[in-house]
Amino acid sequence: MIGKFILASALATVACLAQAQEVRIGVNLPYTGIGAELAQQIDRGMEQYLKLNPVKGYKITIVKRDVKDPSGGNARNVIQELLTQDKVDVLAGWVYSPNAIAAAPVVNAGKKLAVIMNAGTAHITQMSNYYVRTSFSMWHAGYTMGEAAAKNLKAKTAVVGFTDFPPGKDMLASFRRAFEASGGKVLDEIPMGSAGAVPDFTPFFQRAKDKKPDVFFVFVPAGDHSSAVVRTYGALGMRAAGIKLIGPGDITQDNKLQGMGSAAVGLVTMHHYHADLTNAENQRFVASWKKDYGADSTPDFMAVGGYDGMAAIAHAIRATKGKVDAEEALTALRGWKFASPRGPILIDPETRDIVMNQYLSEVIMKNGRLFQNTIATFENVKDACKALKIPPCK
Amino acid sequence: MIVGTDILSMLLGGLAAGMVLFIVSVGLSVTMGLMGFVNLAHGAFAMLGGYVIVLTMRYWGIGFVPALALGFVVIAAVSIVFERLLYARLYRASELDQVLFTIGLVFFMIAAVTLIVGPENQQLMLPSWLQGQLDLGIVQYRTYSIFLIVVGSAIALGLWLGFERTRMGAQIRAAVDNRRMAESLGINIDRLFMLTFAFGSGMAAIGGGLGAEFIGLNPQYPLIYLVYFLIVVAVGGLGRVTGVFFAALIIGVLDFALKKYLPQGGTLFIYALAILLLLWRPQGLFGGKPT
Repeated sequence: MIGKFILASALATVACLAQAQEVRIGVNLPYTGIGAELAQQIDRGMEQYLKLNPVKGYKITIVKRDVKDPSGGNARNVIQELLTQDKVDVLAGWVYSPNAIAAAPVVNAGKKLAVIMNAGTAHITQMSNYYVRTSFSMWHAGYTMGEAAAKNLKAKTAVVGFTDFPPGKDMLASFRRAFEASGGKVLDEIPMGSAGAVPDFTPFFQRAKDKKPDVFFVFVPAGDHSSAVVRTYGALGMRAAGIKLIGPGDITQDNKLQGMGSAAVGLVTMHHYHADLTNAENQRFVASWKKDYGADSTPDFMAVGGYDGMAAIAHAIRATKGKVDAEEALTALRGWKFASPRGPILIDPETRDIVMNQYLSEVIMKNGRLFQNTIATFENVKDACKALKIPPCK
Repeated sequence: MIVGTDILSMLLGGLAAGMVLFIVSVGLSVTMGLMGFVNLAHGAFAMLGGYVIVLTMRYWGIGFVPALALGFVVIAAVSIVFERLLYARLYRASELDQVLFTIGLVFFMIAAVTLIVGPENQQLMLPSWLQGQLDLGIVQYRTYSIFLIVVGSAIALGLWLGFERTRMGAQIRAAVDNRRMAESLGINIDRLFMLTFAFGSGMAAIGGGLGAEFIGLNPQYPLIYLVYFLIVVAVGGLGRVTGVFFAALIIGVLDFALKKYLPQGGTLFIYALAILLLLWRPQGLFGGKPT
């Protein structure tokens, strides 16, 4: 099979020269195709964690496998190969939710700790007891934004546009539920093409514009989709028509933000991370990142998912003395707290999902560059889908 | 009145998208009609052209219009090299060989561009006179879409005149209709094909650059839009400039309208429509007799 390749192996070497115990981490990411850039962010996030916080006494080997696309089709095979051929101790990665959904039965059979570093569909952590998530659930940003749109932004009406795949539907449901519970009204819901390719957003945005809502809440996968959204919003003159573009932080993804130009000024987003956060951990992280990958390069929430995922794995390695037995590792990670670049995080002992702050931010122009200005902070937010037991969450 | 502007803005958006489809696909239609060569790598030339246009604008600071001209020239020249070195060997090969070769070329170009430039989308920086909204009296619409409609119509008119009124146009039409007869009349089909291939690839390059603003530009481009280009050619008929023009506009407007009014259907409708059209007229809406 042509696509089957191992990109790199030994990454971290250890100070002590005596044979350190080896821990093999099997990473599945879309190294080729439309998600290649996202994979690079997560890869670098993991690399930065190991660089800034070396795991002494263990030899960490990272086995990288390409899952290519969001279809879920390759994910099962890749996870199976990581478990049976590469004999990894820990699984990690998962950019796209369909891949985490498709791989869940294999993860269950493999009985290894599996750290989700991005995929955000709410219920996937309930599909396998070995999943621990260090990224987010769609409901974190969507639900909090639904409340904030009505209360902080004083919006009465909204149109929701979403990419038509599981996390998009999640985001739609979470925003609508919170927004309508807070007294707002969703006028229209527009599915806007698939995640596999960036569509021309013009027809969808034209439809939204015709409905004249106070806010247009958009969820698209981070990456090239987000640039296209902001540019289409600008080109169709929707701001002049009095429609505010809001969404989760995917639409102002840090490494795309500067390329969006002045059309991005005034965007309001809800997210758990942006590179302009001022806490000490983040400043250290961003400085080290720019030193290693260039001043124009910026980490984004994907990178932080990788960073915190590696932090969780490092904690599991230390707690189990390198054996990384799944049950012991999970016990160690339940209730684990960590000072992340995104602020304080906790792995919920009940759900194995992350608990973290959400930041309401507005894009402003500052010193000639686009800057994400935090307007409000919502602390220790849990995944509302599981908290409220909204199907398919239990 | 609100409904009127609604439909007008839908028409403008759809026509602009259709123009891009036309500019990219017209070369594919003519070369397929001329040689019966199934060039699935046609979109790759559009992509390469888009990269030449976007990257020279960014790094050499040249203007949008000169960059489009440069893209045309560079890709036309590059395509002659490909045509002489690779395509020419396969003219008498079976269709399966041609398809395998050209799809292989697509994968090769995707990998090469990913390696050299990177996997990310390349953003076209429009000059300020093409940004923003233009007031047309009845409706305000994005300036760039209107620019595309004007440019696309001008190109279509130019191509139509070239096809119908010049000697070379007549040779191409003759060769499309009956290659053997044209050859026996002394028309040098090889040379004719090389020139139309180069011209078609150059047009695709311009289309790649013009379309980058709203259909994007990344290494996956030739695969993502291949289906659209093929639908336009199949519906328009092989070797027919006017056929491709109207087919591209119909597909562009219908795709836009269906996405706007029935977004739940996704891309389903446009494929269903193409199937129905081809069942009804296998030679295309504007094609001649099936060959």
